[in-house]
Amino acid sequence: MPATPNPATAATGLNFPAGTALTARGLSVHFGRNKVLKEVSIDIAAKAVTAIIGPSGCGKSTFLRALNRMHELNPDARMEGDIRLFGDDIYARGVEPVIVRRRVGMVFQKSNPFPTMSIAENVTVGLRLNGLRDKKLLAERIEQSLQMAALWDEVKDRLNAPAISLSGGQQQRLCIARALAVQPEVLLMDEPASALDPLATQKIEDLIVHLKKDYTIVIVTHNMQQAARSSDYTAFFYLGELIEFGPTAKIFTNPSQKRTEDYVTGRFG
Amino acid sequence: MTVSNHNWRKFKNAFMQTLTFVCAILVVLPLVLVFYHLVKEGFSALNWNFFTKLPKAVGEHGGGMVNAIAGTFILLLQAAIFGVPIGVLGGVYLSEYGGSKLNWWIRFAADILNGVPSITWGVVVYGLLVVPMHGPSALAGGIVLGMMMIPLVMRTTEEVLQLVPGGYREAAMALGIAKWKTTVQIVIRTALKGIVTGVLLALSRVAGETAPLIFTAFGNLGWAHKLTEPIAAMPLLIFNYAISPYDDWHRQAWAGAFVLLMLVLAINVGVRFLTRDRFKQKA
Ligand SMILES: Nc1ncnc2c1ncn2[C@@H]1O[C@H](COP(=O)(O)OP(=O)(O)OP(=O)(O)O)[C@@H](O)[C@H]1O
Ligand SMILES: [Mg+2]
Repeated sequence: MPATPNPATAATGLNFPAGTALTARGLSVHFGRNKVLKEVSIDIAAKAVTAIIGPSGCGKSTFLRALNRMHELNPDARMEGDIRLFGDDIYARGVEPVIVRRRVGMVFQKSNPFPTMSIAENVTVGLRLNGLRDKKLLAERIEQSLQMAALWDEVKDRLNAPAISLSGGQQQRLCIARALAVQPEVLLMDEPASALDPLATQKIEDLIVHLKKDYTIVIVTHNMQQAARSSDYTAFFYLGELIEFGPTAKIFTNPSQKRTEDYVTGRFG
Repeated sequence: MTVSNHNWRKFKNAFMQTLTFVCAILVVLPLVLVFYHLVKEGFSALNWNFFTKLPKAVGEHGGGMVNAIAGTFILLLQAAIFGVPIGVLGGVYLSEYGGSKLNWWIRFAADILNGVPSITWGVVVYGLLVVPMHGPSALAGGIVLGMMMIPLVMRTTEEVLQLVPGGYREAAMALGIAKWKTTVQIVIRTALKGIVTGVLLALSRVAGETAPLIFTAFGNLGWAHKLTEPIAAMPLLIFNYAISPYDDWHRQAWAGAFVLLMLVLAINVGVRFLTRDRFKQKA
């Protein structure tokens, strides 16, 4: 591991109980000439929820997408720096982005179950298209993933119904189940509840708290209450820079940076 | 504002409305006339023999065009085998892969090819295939129709693939599914009905082509036993019968045109059916 000091963690003296899942050092992302993420260094705690907050356009999604190499789908994007997943350099030569993405899953803002597939097929698509054929194992994975996504009881009698027949909130939980089915180590969520009503949002929040027993979760949110309620650590981004990172309670009650305080108290952003 | 001004305005409005209505009727009129004529002239010649018998020699009564009906289907089948894979894969390349500059040129070329007069295609395949093979053949006929289908199918395939929301591609890639599997199993599958629609429309477009077949399939009063022999096709036989001086043949030409129109109509209705289903699924 590189010996670059990490101001963010050094400042807070963080000690993660379950260890570190991801470490980013000097992470910068450019879109063409535009540098939208500027030398971000941060550690992501394993089996905990880390919330990413900050005003629109500050680079939250860009940061998240660099963590599983999704930004590479955009030919204009260029990344610098070093990201390790449980010690493995995910940008090392010979590391396939496909493999990285199986270890670091992602849930998007707009739910996007595949319209040509049933509920069950949506859950298993990642496994089937990667060669898993064993019917018994697939059936187990369907139940297990839907249980974890708190959707099983609502759909267990209609697993073969089209996925798009579900409600918006159910579709988003189906997408979470689909991401969980490939058994990633980390789950990235980009504003997973921002398009949902309060009740559906509540369900997703409960689910996130539940999932951290087994998974490392990084969630982008614009909802301060959501970040305060469901995360253990919070990172505040502003204009492409990581301004402050620490335990959620500290960020929300006693931030060390003025800009963080202004943002979490709703004075700007 | 004066009253006369108001009246003048009302008149202009009514005039424009009438003019556009008349033009709209003029658009539909040919279709109605063609249909009326085909049914009036051709329906009497439509009988069991028409679908089961070979053409008779001049002067003999009766006969049909079973060989031409079969020939048209064989030509369309060849065209599909040859044109659909290339057209669809080309469309997939344009939509899912490829740089924007190269794509611009491919699109430009395809659009020009779509506007090339069909007789030109016949001449090209005549030079490429008929001359080297020392004669017209069913194969050359199928290939010329297939070549005409390629740019049509390619452009419609690209268009329907572009309609698939990018979120599906991202979701699949984020599951660690390889790009080509995402393309085939997610993107193409989502757009499949649109692709099939495009293929059927292209087939119905080339089904009635006559000019390119004159140089290539040539026509045949009997059966073609091999793909290397000239083959009969409905548009060719209709053409030959129509320019003949015999009333009997004229009737047969009308009947053939009627059947051909029905074939094209059936394909188009099939397309409507498919697209209707697609919109239902979206809702
Ligand atoms: N594909 C792209 N091409 C060029 N610039 C981009 C692209 N995507 C994002 N950007 C730019 O990068 C910056 C950060 O964008 P990003 O989407 O990461 O912000 P965000 O914090 O997620 O915002 P939001 O809260 O609105 O989702 C923005 O200034 C944006 O304009
Ligand atoms: Mg964003």
